[in-house]
Amino acid sequence: MAFETIDKTAKQILLTVQDYALFALRAVSNLFTPPVYWTDFILQSDIIGVGSGMIVVFAGFFTGGVLAVQSAATLASFGATAVTGRFVSMSMIRELGAVLTGIMVSGRNASSMASELGSMVVTEQIDAMRALGVDPMRKLVTPRIFATVTMLFFLTIVADFCGILGGAAVTVFMNHQNGTQYFSEAYEYLHYPDILQGLVKPLCFGFIIASVGCFYGMRTEGGTQGVGRSTISAVVFASVLIIFVDLLISTAMVSIFR
Amino acid sequence: MSAAAQPARLDAQGPAVVFRDVTVAFGGPPVLDHISFSVAQRETRILLGPAGVGKSVLLKTANGLVRPESGSVLLLGQDIAQMKDTALFPMRLRTGMVFQEGALFDSLSVRDNVAYQLIQDRVPDDEIDERVREALRFVGLEKTFSLFPGSLSGGMRRRVAIARALIRQPELLLYDSPTGGLDPITSTTIIELIVKQRDFYRTPSILVTHRLQDAFTMCTHKFDPEKDGMVRLPEGHADPNTTFLMMNEGKVIFDGSLHDLVHSTDPFVREFLE
Repeated sequence: MAFETIDKTAKQILLTVQDYALFALRAVSNLFTPPVYWTDFILQSDIIGVGSGMIVVFAGFFTGGVLAVQSAATLASFGATAVTGRFVSMSMIRELGAVLTGIMVSGRNASSMASELGSMVVTEQIDAMRALGVDPMRKLVTPRIFATVTMLFFLTIVADFCGILGGAAVTVFMNHQNGTQYFSEAYEYLHYPDILQGLVKPLCFGFIIASVGCFYGMRTEGGTQGVGRSTISAVVFASVLIIFVDLLISTAMVSIFR
Repeated sequence: MSAAAQPARLDAQGPAVVFRDVTVAFGGPPVLDHISFSVAQRETRILLGPAGVGKSVLLKTANGLVRPESGSVLLLGQDIAQMKDTALFPMRLRTGMVFQEGALFDSLSVRDNVAYQLIQDRVPDDEIDERVREALRFVGLEKTFSLFPGSLSGGMRRRVAIARALIRQPELLLYDSPTGGLDPITSTTIIELIVKQRDFYRTPSILVTHRLQDAFTMCTHKFDPEKDGMVRLPEGHADPNTTFLMMNEGKVIFDGSLHDLVHSTDPFVREFLE
């Protein structure tokens, strides 16, 4: 009995992974054949990018500030508070900017995509769209994925910038250190591989957020309760996947640019 | 699209839909079990049966929203059973479908809902406005042009859905329980619209319902353009192009006219009618 349950669960997981892979492949391939709904891409870019702008600015700024507070306290015991800028910029650009932005946008947009598309599924709006001769994958999914990938890239740059500013604010106004020294440290020790690492990640995270959100939305079953389940699954899987993929990319990048 | 302005569509040839031994199952017991029937040009088929026997699935199989496990579905002369999605979308443009709850797009206005296909076709805005107003006038809801679906009643949403299905003058109409969950007066308004559409455009159609009253009203009434309403046919007469299908447990157990239906000796049909 227990073996049967394990067998069934394993098959279901494999089937879900297969469905997700096919779903993602189809969503991406739609970008290279007409019709491509550019208006929807712009609309989604506004919702995802501009809409998430403020939370990313604040989250980035405060994270940079926290990094400066914590690192300065530790570095003080080695007499190395002067390298706070280097520490903050490295952490933000290589790691935290992309991951934090990804997690924030995942909470905001993966959930909204799953619930919006899920509601459309349970109220037959997706079927209605298909009956009206429009492919929901092209009209709803592809623009969301493309818009999230594009906008997360820019949001991460904003988060990195705000994080470094937040660190500077704490360093100058709370720790009473020299601002020029902070920015000089932050800039001087930054190399192209660091920036590359920080900018490759949001491309992958953006794809994960939108594809997982849309995937769970489009396979919603069971009325309004099902919409709730899809939303939870989308946020949970997108967030965990972001952190897992972050580990993979970091490991790969560190070994490449050792 | 006013009743006096447009002629009935009489140019199409051959049956609009043919089901040949169609079986649909979603990984379990068959929902549709070896179904065969056809819908001729100008014919309206009323699909009767209790809830959960596969009526809506049959309707969605007719325009390829559901794919059959076996058998063939000829839609407007083409077999769509194994057709690729890319080829199916243009086929669906030639059909109109009214969903159970209307399935209007919540985030779009009534104008944009009704004009959905025209917007995709990049029809100029002025022409869209004109055609949407005509379609809404046909269903008696011209004043809802700029409203959103959320502010409409259940009956109004169904009427807007009918306008959306009619705007491109489809070659086949599919109605999925258009009166389900509505009060009797609103149901009659919807049925009157369907009869008006049937008698004026003569578009072949399949109407799913479990309400016998609606089915009989459609059969025993015709639309009178002068009175701009439904009138009863003389006693003993029924619309010759309106026929019945009845389903039970995934199978078609009756296929015939109103006369055949009321005189059927099948125990399930008798029980359903009584």
